[in-house]
Amino acid sequence: MKRIPAWPAIAARPRARRVYTLSTGAVVAALAVVAAGCGSSSSSPSAQATSAAHKGGTFTILANAAFGQADPAQNYTAEEWVLLIDTHDGLTGFAKVNGTAGNKIVPDLATSIPQPTNGGKTYVFHIRRGIKFSNGQTLKPSDFVTTFERQFTVPGPTSFYSGLVGASKCSTKGCNLSKGVVANNSAYTLTLNLTAPDPELMDQLALPFAFAVPASTSPKLTGNNVPPGTGPYMWQSYNPNTEAVLVRNPYFHVWSAQAQPAGNPDKIIEKYGLQVSDEVTEVLNGQANEVYANDPIPSDQLSTLNSPKYAGQVHVNTLLADYYYALNTRRPPFNNLMARQAINYAANRTAYVKIFGGPSLAVPTCQVLPPGFPSYSPYCPYTSGSSHTKWTAPDLAKAKQLVKQSGTAGMKVVVDATTDQVGKALAEQMVSDLNSIGYKASTQLLSSSVQYNFVQNSSNSGKWNVGYSQWFQDYPAASDFLNVLLGCGTIHPNSDASPNIAAFCQKNIQSQINQAEASAATNPSEAATLWTQIDHEDTNAAPWVDMFNPKQIDVLSKNVHGYKWNPVWNIMIDQLWLG
Amino acid sequence: MATLLEQAEVDTELRPAIAGRNPWALAARRLWHNRIAMASLVLFLLIVVLCLAAPLYAHDVAHVNPFVPNLNGHTVVNGKVVPVMQRGGGVLKLGETPIGPTWDVSHYFLGADSTGRDVAALLLYGGRSSLLIGIGSAVLCSLAATVIALIAGFFGGVTDSIASRIMDVIWAFPVFLLAICIGTELLTHTNGFQFGPVHVDPTSLWLPTVIIAFIYIPYVYRPVRGQVLSVVNKEFVEAATAQGAGNMRLIFSEILPNVVSTVIVLMPLMIATTILTESALSFLGIGVQPPNVSWGTIIQDGTDLVYTRPWVTIAPGLMILLTVLSLNVLGDGVRDALDPRAKLRVEG
Repeated sequence: MKRIPAWPAIAARPRARRVYTLSTGAVVAALAVVAAGCGSSSSSPSAQATSAAHKGGTFTILANAAFGQADPAQNYTAEEWVLLIDTHDGLTGFAKVNGTAGNKIVPDLATSIPQPTNGGKTYVFHIRRGIKFSNGQTLKPSDFVTTFERQFTVPGPTSFYSGLVGASKCSTKGCNLSKGVVANNSAYTLTLNLTAPDPELMDQLALPFAFAVPASTSPKLTGNNVPPGTGPYMWQSYNPNTEAVLVRNPYFHVWSAQAQPAGNPDKIIEKYGLQVSDEVTEVLNGQANEVYANDPIPSDQLSTLNSPKYAGQVHVNTLLADYYYALNTRRPPFNNLMARQAINYAANRTAYVKIFGGPSLAVPTCQVLPPGFPSYSPYCPYTSGSSHTKWTAPDLAKAKQLVKQSGTAGMKVVVDATTDQVGKALAEQMVSDLNSIGYKASTQLLSSSVQYNFVQNSSNSGKWNVGYSQWFQDYPAASDFLNVLLGCGTIHPNSDASPNIAAFCQKNIQSQINQAEASAATNPSEAATLWTQIDHEDTNAAPWVDMFNPKQIDVLSKNVHGYKWNPVWNIMIDQLWLG
Repeated sequence: MATLLEQAEVDTELRPAIAGRNPWALAARRLWHNRIAMASLVLFLLIVVLCLAAPLYAHDVAHVNPFVPNLNGHTVVNGKVVPVMQRGGGVLKLGETPIGPTWDVSHYFLGADSTGRDVAALLLYGGRSSLLIGIGSAVLCSLAATVIALIAGFFGGVTDSIASRIMDVIWAFPVFLLAICIGTELLTHTNGFQFGPVHVDPTSLWLPTVIIAFIYIPYVYRPVRGQVLSVVNKEFVEAATAQGAGNMRLIFSEILPNVVSTVIVLMPLMIATTILTESALSFLGIGVQPPNVSWGTIIQDGTDLVYTRPWVTIAPGLMILLTVLSLNVLGDGVRDALDPRAKLRVEG
């Protein structure tokens, strides 16, 4: 997931295989049983009293800008997702708990995580009974048919579910998934039939695209009207120019405290249009409760936040994300391995980290997978010194030597980045790094809303050499980085949705990716080892200059309590309470 | 006190001297005696000289390269070596704050910006860009507007109607909106702007210069055309026509010298306006592009540091203020000097 306000549709997202899901299947199943069996009824009376005491109040978030169209079948922004997880549910969900346990897949609207049959191509879900949408309609298995069909009739990143039988014939004009999504309303079951096994299906079902909406929902884009959901809140209104308002869903009851616990505030409001510095001031003054986490806080305000006075109000957490420069491997100089390695040696990662706010907000990296991710093993060959696990400083001598050997010295290099302060500063630093090893570099700054599409589209590949980008996990699987961003299958010529920006395709690495995916079901540990190896081989092949892994700052008002950090959903707003 | 008769005698003595003086010399003399205008001219020239000396300051005094980020650099403050970027304090240690003004001309006199570059050096280099674009676009705009106005006013009829309507259409757009639209379009042409054999790189200063010149053409065109219309039917033009003068001679030898004073009066005001426009466009990110800097881009970079390092914003703001103020006052002085009504005055 890329955190930009308007996410372009990924027309042909790969169906990656995930090691994690099957390797922890037993744990997940056990958790599912416990969660389904216990729910909120397992809470002790004192815990319930405490929980009741935390309820109430209006939680106000301040965001610089809205997140575009609100239809959950289309929206691909973290900004809406942190609200959607409180209003909607899918068949599965990531556990809404603090810490790494939040990576676990738990059953949500399904009673349990089913084991696949038919060679991994069929899943039968038993749907919970007695759950109602916020409009009072009872949830039925047939609602999911509409939900999945809307993935194809509403323009959006539909390829998550393109493995469903019948999906290949779907388009924005119409979709019939009667063979791929089979609902039995009397038995309360939902059968998903795939064209090929997909070990990552459970993760993909936990994403907001697959959140259930009523069968009566229009197959077309609902614009800013969010269809009813089953979560503890419902959308009262959404106006991108002013605010989004979530109020309690009167029909909600807790069926799984792990998948969808009850929320604490009575109302959640997200207001738009303030400068970020004003957002921080208002929150520190207690006029609002949270600065939207992805609004970049100006340096001035960061200095203010260092005051011990605000220590309890500021939370910093590591994100599973990468900030990187893709090197255009289609054209000189970076169609040359030595040239790519040279700029990796020359990149001053300390400077990039400082631009982002310093070591407290970013950690330099050389490799694709972020720390803490499945199959991550520290690796950094592009550093001075003998250590190959941690970046310490650029090695300009080595870089210059490689440039000389590559015969690319003196070539013109265009660095494409965004016009915002951070993007511009990162581009200027990259230009400086390139010039220091003998290239003639210049910047090409484009608006954030244009830049990502621009560098993805191969028709523009003759216009840039180094493209700024960033990637945040969709779900914790190595393929979400290694195959989506650097696999041969994600190069889509002349498309704005071609996430392999570098157009990097090495057959030996791709065959290992295929092998890792194939062995995920049968030999998870071998697959995990393979992903580690692929990560290191990608790093050696240097299609990117990895800059750093970012951290997220959550700034809350003094009266906010109960902060929890979830590795997938990050801050969980509905679990906060106002004192 | 002199009697009226004595005063009349003095006037009679002076008259031949005034009557024999070139009107341009007369205007120059009036301008010379306008102390406020001359002070403004001196201030403006001082700013120009300072900005022209930017490389000298950067290389020989401050020893910095203001076009290269210096995030890991160090400088000297009170004899101690300190990092240019200073890490945030407290428990969280969030952010990197650039060094503030040292008031030492050889070591980050006005402090550093968010990428560790010397603000004083940037200010001088930025001034070069702002002045170059301001003066360049004012000259280009005036040239184009004068030529169009001469042709439209001289030929009249359909030619005048077409030219005037085109000018009306351009002027109908809000100036900044038009500049933003054209700038955005041209800047997204990643290989630059090609017009016939002329190629302009997207990072070239020519791009904002041409855009700003274009949007202000109607602003100069209107008064100049009016002046042409009033001159074209004068007796001396008819006399020249009777002597067999061709259109080109009539336009450039008879009419142009009589309308050029209008252009000259407008020029300082145009430069002030175009400098302000350039700063505004650069502030919005569609004027001067990296690695070039202008006062507008420095202000934009300083907006994130306005509380902790206000000089990054204040210094270029002050430079814009002083430059525009000096040009406006100078423009008033030039207008007074060239105003035909002033010819009635008798100067002592």
